[in-house]
Amino acid sequence: MADVNTGGGSSKKKGNKPQAKKLSCRIDMTPMVDLMFLLITFFMLTTSMIKPQTMEISVPSKKKVDAQDETKVKASRAITVILGKNNKLFYYEGTQINGVDPKVQPTNYGPDGFRKYLIERNIDVMTKIRDLRKEREKTKMADTTFERKAAKLRADINAPTVIIKATNDASYKNLVDALDEMQICNISRYAIVDITPYDLGLIKDLNK
Amino acid sequence: MPKVKVKRKPTAIDMTPMCDLATLLLTFFMLTSNFIQKEPVTVNTPSSISEIKIPERNVMMVLVDKTGKVFFGMDGKQNRMDLLEKMGEAYSIKFTKDELKKFSTINSFGVPIQKMKDFLALPNDQRDRKENALGIPADSTNNQFKNWIKAARSINRDARIAIKADQKTGYPVIKKVMNTLQDLDENRYNLITSLEQNPDKN
Repeated sequence: MADVNTGGGSSKKKGNKPQAKKLSCRIDMTPMVDLMFLLITFFMLTTSMIKPQTMEISVPSKKKVDAQDETKVKASRAITVILGKNNKLFYYEGTQINGVDPKVQPTNYGPDGFRKYLIERNIDVMTKIRDLRKEREKTKMADTTFERKAAKLRADINAPTVIIKATNDASYKNLVDALDEMQICNISRYAIVDITPYDLGLIKDLNK
Repeated sequence: MPKVKVKRKPTAIDMTPMCDLATLLLTFFMLTSNFIQKEPVTVNTPSSISEIKIPERNVMMVLVDKTGKVFFGMDGKQNRMDLLEKMGEAYSIKFTKDELKKFSTINSFGVPIQKMKDFLALPNDQRDRKENALGIPADSTNNQFKNWIKAARSINRDARIAIKADQKTGYPVIKKVMNTLQDLDENRYNLITSLEQNPDKN
């Protein structure tokens, strides 16, 4: 491999001329290897192989919508989540009915907190999506087909709608976590809405 | 009786295959990777389960650090030059060719446009210093950030906007950025997150 070919290896004597001994000069490859590994190390340290993950969100346009085009959320299906300070989280169902305030429940970002509740509320969609996943494993469904079907299931009219309201004390992580819960619980209808004084009043005693 | 000396052959390993291997690995790394982009601030992104990858090109990157400073970056050398020229026109600051060229090498920046000239005059190694990471003004009274986005959008119609904010960034700052984008009718954007396992997958 590293032998440099120096002409014929034939040891035919021509006449009786003494022939100079052909030395195959071998090149020592070790420094070359050292260099290569140095370069590799350099590349490994200065490059990033992974592209960052992203989460897509789309917000409603600010353009004025007609009152009739506005999507009205049915109170029975609405869940309002309030992101408080110090990673606190509150939710309530529906809205104020006949002057009676909805009951605010404190919860947390853990798997047994808000996620458990959301999965309970959205159990129909969740089970359908799980079945669809099983079906995908069985039938080797294409990803695009799966996504299309899943989106159709998520758009179920009876699925809950979540309204996310963040207080000024919430951090970006809280917001992303809340949006993440929507993804985990397959909720396709959610909105990030500015918090109202009414909501702040509701959680005043809890958010300390 | 003299000892019989066993002649030891020096064990010379042929390093050639090793070299081949190293070259192969090197080539692989060179072809499959992209250099880590320098960012003016370190940002720890929160994690999420979504697995959408961000495109390589046509990205406007909005960085928000934990103190709420806003930084902006765009890809494409020519785009960057056009961008600075546009902003210069908007704020009636004349940038020289040299400055435009310098600006085109900067990945993301965070200085008010009034200080851009001084910022570009700095040598390369001083630009990344902490004191030069001032952040772009994004208040309602002086919303330069909005103008940057507007100019960038007019240069590159199909660029995606990606927001990369720190976990600890307060919500009001994020809201400010989001509202600015909403004002410009940019209603779809990506939030850059790190990956987390989906608990429902298994």
